[in-house]
Amino acid sequence: MMTWATAAPAISATFLASLVEVVEAFTIVLAVGTVQGWRPALTGTAAGLGVLGLLVLALGPVLNQVPIQSLQLVIGILLLLFGLRWLRKAILRAAGVIALHDEELAFAKETASLTDAVQRDATRRNWIAGLVAFKAVVLEGAEVVFIVIAVGAGRGLLWPAALGALAACLLVLVLGFAVHKPLSRVPENTLKFGVGVMLSAFGVFWTGEGLGVAWPGHDAAILVLAAIFLAAGLALIPVARRPEEVAR
Amino acid sequence: MTVLRLIFNEFVGLFVDDEQLALSILAVVAGCWLVVRYAHDTSIIVGVLLLLGCLGVLMASVVQGARKG
Repeated sequence: MMTWATAAPAISATFLASLVEVVEAFTIVLAVGTVQGWRPALTGTAAGLGVLGLLVLALGPVLNQVPIQSLQLVIGILLLLFGLRWLRKAILRAAGVIALHDEELAFAKETASLTDAVQRDATRRNWIAGLVAFKAVVLEGAEVVFIVIAVGAGRGLLWPAALGALAACLLVLVLGFAVHKPLSRVPENTLKFGVGVMLSAFGVFWTGEGLGVAWPGHDAAILVLAAIFLAAGLALIPVARRPEEVAR
Repeated sequence: MTVLRLIFNEFVGLFVDDEQLALSILAVVAGCWLVVRYAHDTSIIVGVLLLLGCLGVLMASVVQGARKG
């Protein structure tokens, strides 16, 4: 039976992860809409969403055929690869070792590159603009699809996981429609840090389950694992900080 | 085709952008699998080994990333 101890981390992990990805896709679609108009931007977005829908429809029946323990092991390993990668990057960004992602800068770069591309090939500019929006939606959306499946498929939590992702999409669309500019005030690195912690915790949990480990407290062990990854991540930030950063 | 290749590369990049980090995680999981397979142990000890292994890999990768800058 589904409990809040399992559903809440699944919903919050997919919500936060999707928030980051949808904000990035929104920035690019907004750049396309600003440079070339909303028709190619929305056509590219709709085509991208269509491809993602087909991906989900194709993956669903395949996942139902895989034995649950093998599925947990494979998904657990993928979550570890994905989550620890995000957590590592978020720690290095928080420590000032690598630059923070800047949505306004991304918007400016995307706008400049698109303006340049449509000027070079004026006959196909709608096509180019639509393709840029399509690519952004498919690439960022594929991450959302993976996170929803990875967090939800291990124990029948696909619906709560999908709900978290859907809530993030709606929130970004409503905010984006209201402010009509890149959502640069979203604390992206803090979100990535939190998502890295949650996905790493889910990764250890599912991989352990796939190997046959009986976790004490069952699903509640995910919260304990998340607390350990959070503490470790926070402790690693000062370790990674450069001497000149510490001196400031 | 270029778009498809780009999407494929991006998808692989979701999991692997630092090969050493990815290989170390796989090595930790393989080690835990060997313990389960040959010591027939599926107790919490394997879970603790998995957790400590992942934390060790994360720490090593962060320290290495900080050194590289």
